[in-house]
Amino acid sequence: MSESLIRARGLTKKFDDFTAVNGIDFDVLKGESFGLLGPNGAGKSTAMRMIGATSQRTSGELTILGKDPEQFGPQIRAHLGVVPQQDNLDTQLSVTENLYIYGRYFGLSRKFLKGKIEELLAFAQLEEKRSAKVESLSGGMKRRLTIARALVSEPEILMLDEPTTGLDPQARHILWDRLFRLKEDGVTLLITTHFMDEAEQLCDRLVVMDKGSIMAEGSPAQLIKDYSTKEVLEVRFGSERNAGMANDLGQLCERIEELPDRILMYTEDGEELLERVYKKGFHPKTSLVRRSSLEDVFLRLTGRTLVD
Amino acid sequence: MSSFQARQGSLKIVDAAKVAARGALFVTEARLRSMLKWVWLIISIAIANPVLYLISIGLGLGSYIDQNAGSAGIDGVSYLTFLAPALLATAAIQGAMDESVFPTLEGFKWNKTFFSMNATPLSGNHIAMGVFFNSLIRTVFTAVLYWLVMLAFGVLESPRAYLAIFTAVMAGAAFGALMQALAGLLENENMFFTIVERFIIMPLFLFSGTFYPLSSMPIFLQWIGWISPLWHATELGRWLTYGSEISTSMLFVHFIFLNSILAVGLFASRRIFTRRLGK
Repeated sequence: MSESLIRARGLTKKFDDFTAVNGIDFDVLKGESFGLLGPNGAGKSTAMRMIGATSQRTSGELTILGKDPEQFGPQIRAHLGVVPQQDNLDTQLSVTENLYIYGRYFGLSRKFLKGKIEELLAFAQLEEKRSAKVESLSGGMKRRLTIARALVSEPEILMLDEPTTGLDPQARHILWDRLFRLKEDGVTLLITTHFMDEAEQLCDRLVVMDKGSIMAEGSPAQLIKDYSTKEVLEVRFGSERNAGMANDLGQLCERIEELPDRILMYTEDGEELLERVYKKGFHPKTSLVRRSSLEDVFLRLTGRTLVD
Repeated sequence: MSSFQARQGSLKIVDAAKVAARGALFVTEARLRSMLKWVWLIISIAIANPVLYLISIGLGLGSYIDQNAGSAGIDGVSYLTFLAPALLATAAIQGAMDESVFPTLEGFKWNKTFFSMNATPLSGNHIAMGVFFNSLIRTVFTAVLYWLVMLAFGVLESPRAYLAIFTAVMAGAAFGALMQALAGLLENENMFFTIVERFIIMPLFLFSGTFYPLSSMPIFLQWIGWISPLWHATELGRWLTYGSEISTSMLFVHFIFLNSILAVGLFASRRIFTRRLGK
């Protein structure tokens, strides 16, 4: 069995009488890409800050690289690369300077950093912006710089909190590509996201979180297999009629979810189901057959959608 | 092509003990880089401030006061000579505050850079001390330039006048450390500017025996001077630059007061920074 780099048992964080993280258990193994999937407010970022050894837990056990963050915060942080949800770059300094000073915070020598910065500029595709002030960078560039900055110390674990939130599709794909490369290089990734496509793309294994608790754990494929069907048929009858249809349609398939704008019908064969819907004399305004995703898993587990 | 073929890993290249020992200096280095972006502004302020103040108030107002004061002058010297040590300490305090209050508000609130520092092996203590050390550099720079302008104005009468640089820096460091702690405490920066600037800093400047001896104030207002680092530094500065009369015990009081404020400010800054980052 592979080595467990992060181990949490009953990990809990309370702020006054609000419980942000409620007794979660998980292990992150060396070299894997592990995800925390859940909507905003699920407790993902709070969990990340505890794992990042900056925020102390209220109760439970937590070890990172075999050490307790309560006693060994700086020693643990020496081996983490942290990409926070909001870029906290030094906007008064240039791209290169941001990488440099961050490397210095890890006590790295000027000589080492000189070469490292070149490598990171190439990695983040920011070579032409090396002398630009951070203020002048686009959102995607800032995000790539924040990730490059987190890599300056060649961390054992790279922690990314919502890495692509706020980025356009093209910028997201560039970022995903960079993260794939890191994984190939053996870096352990810990990612939070509320995008199911991102979780499916990037994570070997993930936990689905809601309201501070873990609802399910597994690989994306396994979770879909366990909690959903192979395919989904989405039908729309127009907002006022959707509600009335649910009962009748429910008899045609394994499971049904009623959303305000559409009805989701869970089945092994979507096209076949659609034919049966028509045969029964129902005529949806629009229909769409797709594969099940983590979104469906989340819906099944919580009765709510990930992004509302 | 992989960008990380030569990857050695942090377990090999990062030395947490080195950061624990020298972390504050790494933060100072980073703050110094930010500060140097404004270096021309800082130099301009450091020169224009003494020149303008010493000409307008020292010479302008001073000649008027000297005419009316008679041959004894104020405290036995010209008004310019009397005023200059107070302005020296004021400038040192202002310089210290610029480099401690603004970076603190920026680090916690505006850019949240302290949180990115704290994600590394650096701790709140390192960050607090790094910000302080950088403000100390600015304070020394400001005080030295101010002192040189004073030299040019001919107001340094005592051979030990150069020591006034140190007492001014002491006041700057003490006040800067205290304000750094306060800035770290406030969640809302408007509080700092509207309340602290108006109701603490301005009164201290006006009531610290800056423009006239504290003893000429009504007794019920003199306490403001007593709690003000500016007054203590001014008293020391006057003794050092032109040899004003002062008892040995008072010298100790001024010296101990300034260093006590410095110790309290640094202790509070470290505590406040660490607590806020760990929330």
